[in-house]
Amino acid sequence: MIPATVGYERADSAEAAVAALVEHGDEAKLLAGGQSLVPLMKLRLATPSMLVDVGGLTDLSGVSVDGDEVRIGALTTHSALEHSAELAAACPLLAHVASVVGDPAVRHRGTLGGSLAHADPASDLPAAVLALGGTLVASGPGGTRDIAATDFFTGFLESDLGPDELLTEIRVPVSTGGWSYQKFNRRAQDWAIVGAMVAEGGAGVSLVNMASTPMRAAGVEAAIAGGGSAADAAATAADGTDPPTDNNGDADYRAHLARVLTERALSAAGVA
Amino acid sequence: MTVTESPFAGGIVGQARLRKEDPALLTGEARYIDDLQLTGALWVACVRSPHAHARITGIDTSEALATDGVVAVYTGEDLAAAWAAPLPCAWPVTDDMKNPAHHPVAQGKANYAGDIVAVVVATSRYAAADGLEGVVVDYEPLDAVVTIEDAESDRVVIHDDCGTNISYDWALVPDPDAVDAAFADAAHHITETYVHQRLIPAPMEPRGVAAVPAPHNGDITLYSSTQIPHVLKVMAALTLGLPEQKVRVVAPSVGGGFGCKLDVYAEEIICMALALRHGVAVRWTEGRTEAATATIQGRAQRQTIELAADADGKLLAVRATLLADMGAYLQLVTPGVPLLGAFLYHGLYDVPAYAFTCRSVFTNLTPTDAYRGAGRPEATYAIERAMDTLGVAVGVGPDEIRSRNFIPTEKFPYDSPAGLTFDSGNYQPTLDRAKELVDWDGRRAEQADRRAAGSRTHLGLGISSYVEMCGLAPSRTLAALNYGAGGWESATVRILPTCKVEVVTGTTPHGQGHETCWSMIVADRLGVDPDDVEVLHSDTAITPLGMDTYGSRSLAVGGTALWMATEKVVDKARTIAAHMLEASESDLDFAGGTFSVKGSPDKEVPLAAVAFGAFTAHDLPDDVEPNLEAQVTWDPGNFVFPFGTHIAVVEVDEDTGAVELVDYAAVDDCGNQINPLIVEGQIHGGIVQGVAQALWEDAAYDEDGQCRAANLADYLVPSAAELPAMKLDHTVTPSNSNPMGVKGIGEAGTIAATPAVINAVVDALRPMGITDIAMPASPMRVRRAIEATQGGAS
Repeated sequence: MIPATVGYERADSAEAAVAALVEHGDEAKLLAGGQSLVPLMKLRLATPSMLVDVGGLTDLSGVSVDGDEVRIGALTTHSALEHSAELAAACPLLAHVASVVGDPAVRHRGTLGGSLAHADPASDLPAAVLALGGTLVASGPGGTRDIAATDFFTGFLESDLGPDELLTEIRVPVSTGGWSYQKFNRRAQDWAIVGAMVAEGGAGVSLVNMASTPMRAAGVEAAIAGGGSAADAAATAADGTDPPTDNNGDADYRAHLARVLTERALSAAGVA
Repeated sequence: MTVTESPFAGGIVGQARLRKEDPALLTGEARYIDDLQLTGALWVACVRSPHAHARITGIDTSEALATDGVVAVYTGEDLAAAWAAPLPCAWPVTDDMKNPAHHPVAQGKANYAGDIVAVVVATSRYAAADGLEGVVVDYEPLDAVVTIEDAESDRVVIHDDCGTNISYDWALVPDPDAVDAAFADAAHHITETYVHQRLIPAPMEPRGVAAVPAPHNGDITLYSSTQIPHVLKVMAALTLGLPEQKVRVVAPSVGGGFGCKLDVYAEEIICMALALRHGVAVRWTEGRTEAATATIQGRAQRQTIELAADADGKLLAVRATLLADMGAYLQLVTPGVPLLGAFLYHGLYDVPAYAFTCRSVFTNLTPTDAYRGAGRPEATYAIERAMDTLGVAVGVGPDEIRSRNFIPTEKFPYDSPAGLTFDSGNYQPTLDRAKELVDWDGRRAEQADRRAAGSRTHLGLGISSYVEMCGLAPSRTLAALNYGAGGWESATVRILPTCKVEVVTGTTPHGQGHETCWSMIVADRLGVDPDDVEVLHSDTAITPLGMDTYGSRSLAVGGTALWMATEKVVDKARTIAAHMLEASESDLDFAGGTFSVKGSPDKEVPLAAVAFGAFTAHDLPDDVEPNLEAQVTWDPGNFVFPFGTHIAVVEVDEDTGAVELVDYAAVDDCGNQINPLIVEGQIHGGIVQGVAQALWEDAAYDEDGQCRAANLADYLVPSAAELPAMKLDHTVTPSNSNPMGVKGIGEAGTIAATPAVINAVVDALRPMGITDIAMPASPMRVRRAIEATQGGAS
């Protein structure tokens, strides 16, 4: 529980953070809320030689609605999302999902950008941004670029983000159609054993902890788009998944849960 | 002695007073081991075997020694001469019990994943952790013995010097013929087998040690996050070959123990040995992963229970057989844990014939030892699960089968078939009241309605009635069980010149609230403010006599010693007051802190004047020594036997297998209560730990002996969010084992809760043909059980 020696720099701008990443190369890690990185460091499962702390970049925090789009600074905490009246009106799914991440201490420190960059398939927020069809804005030495959420998650704890890039903003469509997040876990503070998320009345359906990445349930979405019932659509929820096995469940049980939770999520979202 | 009414007249005992300990705890002012400022202390980090079973064929320390800040690295061989004896086991339950040598640092072979194979000594905790990475150990892995069945087979013998994995066989069969006859005649013969998974005690504060050598005289002070400074002092002296009077042990603020700090650990002995070797303070703070694998674990038993009953379900005999997992070594009281339950497998039922046998085996897993309840939760689980099965066989409800078998109130004191004498009991009212609290009849109707409507969310009700033996313990009884120490307790009451009071207790609170309760007992009798009573504890230099805190003993034994010492001080004060008032002692009343002459209300003297007079000693009666102080060491004549009934109401989601505890009632009887607020707190916490075994916690190991739950993400300690508001009530049936009429309450909730919850889960699913669910009843397990009744997977 004692981390290895690590260097520390506090960035005073996004540009400075990117410059520090360029300078220190692969051995540098961005530190935002630290809710995933610091525990890994304490177990010495992560041993970066340099931490670039972006926690002070308050201009990268906040929620605003711009036409049919919600723009969220990457350093916005889960707690801020949970309590944002604007978000609750413009994208209630995301506000709700933020409210069920971890426990209050985690939600007060953890950030949306940090959660997405960590790319944990068992985390709630990546699947939400995926179901919503969001866009991630990355800032790197060559400027900024937009990455579709559907292209962002590339492997277990791996993303399309380059080692010298910083997430600065997340954009999701205004989405007030039927939605639901069915998070199944054994304690309130835990990761989902399986989670099923429905956005816009079934236009976007995603699964938590059913593969090495957060994933869209394409078969379910297609079935709904084709006019299928919630039950018929949910029956395909485990198709194409590759769920893990751990103390809480093996792959078969997770596949079963995916079908049950997807049907419940579709029903709760108003899909008959 | 017989207690017929409350012996407390001061109006303080019985109040729900806030705990005087809490302001310091809540504001962070309390000092735990890791908070101690020790200039120049060296830090220890332990190199632990990653293998459950492996020969150590070489250890290269060169890279570690080259690490910045590392002062030394020691292997088992390097320190072999530092130990005068192996780590102690104080409970050789049989004369031929196998007890392998357990050295603080393993020599030649590691016997569980977590066994210490070398220690790094460095100038900081961080440097010590860096040094760990530089110790290269060559292991030759051996087959690991993980299950108790494999252990019993002796396929692989773990300890060559023992020649077998069987540590001991122990039996309590007072009348075997009577048991055989009862089963031969029985209309109903129930046989059930249950498994208690391994549990990690997981106190909020992990262990910590700091050994501080004195600059001269060979004195050494051991600061440890322990429940047992007094026992530890003796054992540390013996293990290190130190003169006992040179050793002082202090337990500062201790953040919970639940039995796992009722032990003598390698790290304590290592830090003392290295402090003496290096001549400076040496300290170690446990990490959470170490707390999960290198601190003792609990439960780990397979039990078979048989009930013989007549056609009406009246019990004729109980026969229980245990196979218990000791883990890799015997810790302080490891072998005794099954014995603490051995007498209680008939629960609180009137049973004429009784048999208990136990076999204990070694595995390549973390050693087990006493964990909250220690033996009694296991016994209660077996009988309370089996009683539900008996009720089904007889065709009556779980409430009725219990009522038919409760020991009748008129039979107390009750001579049990296992040879105990239950002090007092009145069981039926606790069942009746618990049923009221959960609206038993209403819930039964709701359950039937849901079933009729085809609901996929099933309701289940589970009862657990329990009696436990606690207040450890009469020393002569401990002798009969081969325990290596006594069960007395000590207290001193000292009234200071200004009429403030110091209490010195041999109990060692680590969350229980002794400071609050002890000061209430004394203040109630002396007529002083409880805040004017200081309770001194947990430092062998201040409180040299004590047997510490475990087994729900502190109030029943230590509190009684305190009550007696208070009475002794009052007697002395009465002698002095009579002299001051020129009256006869027998003519004096003492109430509200004032001595007065019966019939002459204006002739009185306050205790404060007596205390000051005792201090100045200017005018004391002949043969009366100055000062008001009295010490009592009390050895109880019997255990105390708290009891009660808990009822759990659960909802089971057929589709996911999720179990939700939706209601919970507990009606407990711990005799007279000192502070009802503290009683409630103990019950709340105890219930949570018991429910946790039923639904969440599982120190699961894989086939290689690796713990798959060695952190608090995988080891599911529940939080308030998972639990309903509990409905508590109590009855009061005073004990006659002590003059205060008190019983213990620290373990009752844990003892009662586990079977209540599992009985409720099984009750919900019984119409599907499900009669058992292994613990913890995880959603996947429940779902699989449901699928099995439906002829296959979903």
